[in-house]
Formats: sequence, structure tokens, C-alpha cells
Amino acid sequence: MLKINKMCACYGESSVIRDLDLDVADGKIVCLIGRNGVGKSTTLKSIMGLVSTPEGSITLDGTEIIKMPTYDRVKLGIGYVPQGRDIFPQMTVQENLELGLQAAGKGKKIPDYIYDLFPILPEFAKRRGGDLSGGQQQQLAIARALVTGPKILILDEPTEGIQPSIIQDIGRAIKRVNKELGITVLIVEQYLDFVLNISDYIYIMEKGNIVMQGETDKLPAEEVQKMMTE
Amino acid sequence: MALMNTLFNGLSLSSIYLLVALGLAVTFGLMGVINMAHGEFVMIGAYVTFITQEIIGGNGSVAYLLSILVAFLTTFVLGCILEKVLITRLYGRKIDSLLATWGISLILQQAARSIFGSQGVNVNAPAFLKSGLTIGGCTFAYNRIFIIGLVIVWLLTVWLLMNKTSFGAKMRATMQNRAMAQCMGINSKKIDCITFGIGSGLAGVAGCSIALLGSVDSTVGQNYIVYSFMTVVLGGVGNLIGTVIGAMIIGFSSIFVEAYQSASIARAIVLLIIIVFLQFKPKGLFVIRSRSLDEE
Repeated sequence: MLKINKMCACYGESSVIRDLDLDVADGKIVCLIGRNGVGKSTTLKSIMGLVSTPEGSITLDGTEIIKMPTYDRVKLGIGYVPQGRDIFPQMTVQENLELGLQAAGKGKKIPDYIYDLFPILPEFAKRRGGDLSGGQQQQLAIARALVTGPKILILDEPTEGIQPSIIQDIGRAIKRVNKELGITVLIVEQYLDFVLNISDYIYIMEKGNIVMQGETDKLPAEEVQKMMTE
Repeated sequence: MALMNTLFNGLSLSSIYLLVALGLAVTFGLMGVINMAHGEFVMIGAYVTFITQEIIGGNGSVAYLLSILVAFLTTFVLGCILEKVLITRLYGRKIDSLLATWGISLILQQAARSIFGSQGVNVNAPAFLKSGLTIGGCTFAYNRIFIIGLVIVWLLTVWLLMNKTSFGAKMRATMQNRAMAQCMGINSKKIDCITFGIGSGLAGVAGCSIALLGSVDSTVGQNYIVYSFMTVVLGGVGNLIGTVIGAMIIGFSSIFVEAYQSASIARAIVLLIIIVFLQFKPKGLFVIRSRSLDEE
């Protein structure tokens, strides 16, 4: 589905990621974990085209996208839920959702499964995005990414600053999206329990490089724990 | 009677400031670009009115109505070009864009002097705007009533465009968070360009109206630009209702002080009002609040 090959990413002059290889298999939930500041979010931003990536390749279903502008990548089928959610604060929940429709290029109606996944959204349709709580914003952000009709959903720390019961809801929603809609998922996360519970495959990152990877149930849990906390 | 006249004049001046400020509310309020050349787009609109009238001739009614459209399109296209060539490189660099657009402003003024001379040119008010409406001893000039009507129409148009169309939604999304808008599949470069064009187009329309009020020369935009910026700041950046109220505060207070004092005292007092006001409400009348903005 998504293949990153020998990619470098930088902010201005300083390079953050060098020669990164990462592979997200079709239909899987893949997690990229690591401590603060190792380049996880930058990896996601590189996929979205939000940071400069002078070298390497990123392919989506075989199509090279590394030179494409962000909005064209989205149209190819990447849904992005950024860290901090980035809900449009002055727009209503309804308007936030409808923005995704034009990327999908089909009709003017928000698909019913969105409301099925996140039943709180219709209640808030007329409220401004900026007035929702963190957990509500996170659900809106995921719904909004799904409206664009993605093949792959990319989430940056979906559990950050959210209460445990909502984290469970969000975890269930992501699993349903993956199983029922067949959407591949790539998650950057620090909350290990959440990762171990949801993922099929894990990449562990340190200083801009992958230092360990494997199927979730085959990875040595204690060693992973140690890498995350030390 | 005198009070009635003063009130009407205040409303008229407010409407003119508002018309100039409406374009700024888009480029400065929404996009955050300090465009010092906005006044020169007003000037271009006024000259376009003059040229259209020269070409078509006649008693000016058809030519004038047509020139509103021509002025909008001309300044829209020029605005788009300016955005593509210059502004697009300066987003997030307020001081740089202020200096660069100031340069553009000087170039455009000099160009106007080279083409039309330093002597002002006159636009013939169309026949249907020549007289006035007399009610109980007060005369309301038709051209001023026309401008008030024009402002209301454009205000509604801009509001509808911003709040009721999908283009408006894309525009607001881009202005609130450019990167995230791109992540929704919105071509933010195109939106920036068109939005700036619309703001400039509105300046052109304002130029059409100002052409009705006096002779047009290369400095005509300069007379309005400062008050229009103040209008937007006073009302609270990024807010149409704020811009309307800001224009009314400045318009009415100018006229009222002028009625009882002189024009120069009026200017000083209006500036004083604004300074004092911004001491207490530095973000303007209407402040946009939300969780995510407060966190910043």
C-alpha cells in the first residue's frame, strides 16, 4: 500500500530523517512508535508533503508521490489526522466534515457510516469545532479524514490528552474502519498499551531511523517497553 | 434639519470607508496580508470608471453601471497577478509584505501620473444619480444613496460567498489553517490567489464609487487607505460585522466633530478615539475566541 524508500526529510537546513525505509502493508494497522523527538511526526508529515523531502521515494499503490503537492496526495487516497487534531475552530462540525467531501469528489452528502462510527457527531453538527472538547475534536478529526474517502488513514498520536474511556472508543472506531471498510491504518503513538492492543505490525524509531520492527505479537514486549521508557 | 443632514453625511462617509475596508477585510482581515497597495487598487477602479466612460460615451448611465463590472474584473485580475508574483512569497512575513506592497503602491501611483498626468480627471455622474431626494427641507444626494445601497449589496454578496458557498468554506479553512486545508485536498494556492483577487476586486468597486464624489487623481487611494485599515483593526480583524461597526464609528465621529469643529480637528479626534479604544480593546471590537486559538 504505502512504501517509503531511502527517504530523507529536513526542516530548512537541518535534516531530521535520513534513509528511512518503511512499509505499510495493505489492510493492516501499523504503528510507528518511539520517544519524543525521534522523527515520528516528521515521518507522517513527509508522507503528507508538509516538510521538505529532498531524497528518496514514497509510493502509494505503486504511484510515486514524493514530488506531489499535499492536496493531490490527499486526492489519491491519504486521510490525515494530525497531532493536536487541527480542527478548523471557527467552522461548525458539519462544515469541518463537508470540507473532506470535495477531495473525495463525490456528491454533497456525508456517508452514513461516519455517523455510525461516531454517533456523537450529529448532536454537535451546528457547534463550532473550536468549542468541542479534546476527545470530541479527535473523533471529528478522524471522521473528517474518512470523508475524503482514503485508502490509508494516517493518525498522529490519537490518544494524546484524551481520557481513557474515549481512547477506547477511538480504538474501537479505528479497528472498525480497518476491518469493515478495509482501510489501511498507520498510527504514530507513544501510549504503548494502546499500540499493543490495536496494531498488526510495529516499527520502533530512534534518532530518525527504524531500530526494530516486527509483528506485534512476535515482538519482545519487555524490550519494547524498555526502549520506550529509557 | 441640520442634524438630519449630519446623520446622512455620517452614514454616507461610513459607507465609503466600509466599501474600501470591505476588500481589506478580505485581504488583511482574512488573509493577514498588509497590502499597502490596496489604495492604488481603489485608484485603478476609479480610473477604469473614467476610461470606460470615455470609450462608451453617452450620458454615462450605461457606462457607469458597466464600469462597476469592468473595475471589479480589472482589479481582480491585477490582484491575482500581484498575489502570484509577490504576495505568495511573503506569507507570514508581515513587515516584508508591508514594505513590498508599499513599493508597489508607489509604482502604481507614478504609473498613473505618467499615463493620466498629475491633473485629476472627472467622471460624469450618470444622469439618474445627478439630483437628490428632498424630504422636508433635507436633500439626500442620489449618488450617496446609491453608494450606501452598493455597500449593502456587496456586503451581502461577500457574506454569502464566505458563509454559504463551498468556495467560501474552502477559503475560511485555508485562512484558518493552511496546512490542514491542504490535507483536506484543498488547493490552497489557488484559494489564496482567488481570495486576494476578490479583496482587490472589491477595492476596484470602491474606486467606482469614489469616482462619483470628486475628481480622480493618482493619490485618490491614499485618502482612504489609512482610515480603512483602522476600520478593520477597530472592528476586530477577520470579522465582517466588526468592519461594519468600525466603519460607522469612524465615519460618524468624523462627520459629527467636523460639523461642530473643523475638518483637521475631526481627524485628530477620530485618531484619538481609536487610540484610546485600542488601549482597552487591543484586538478590536469583536474578538474571535475558541479553545484552539486560546491555546496559542
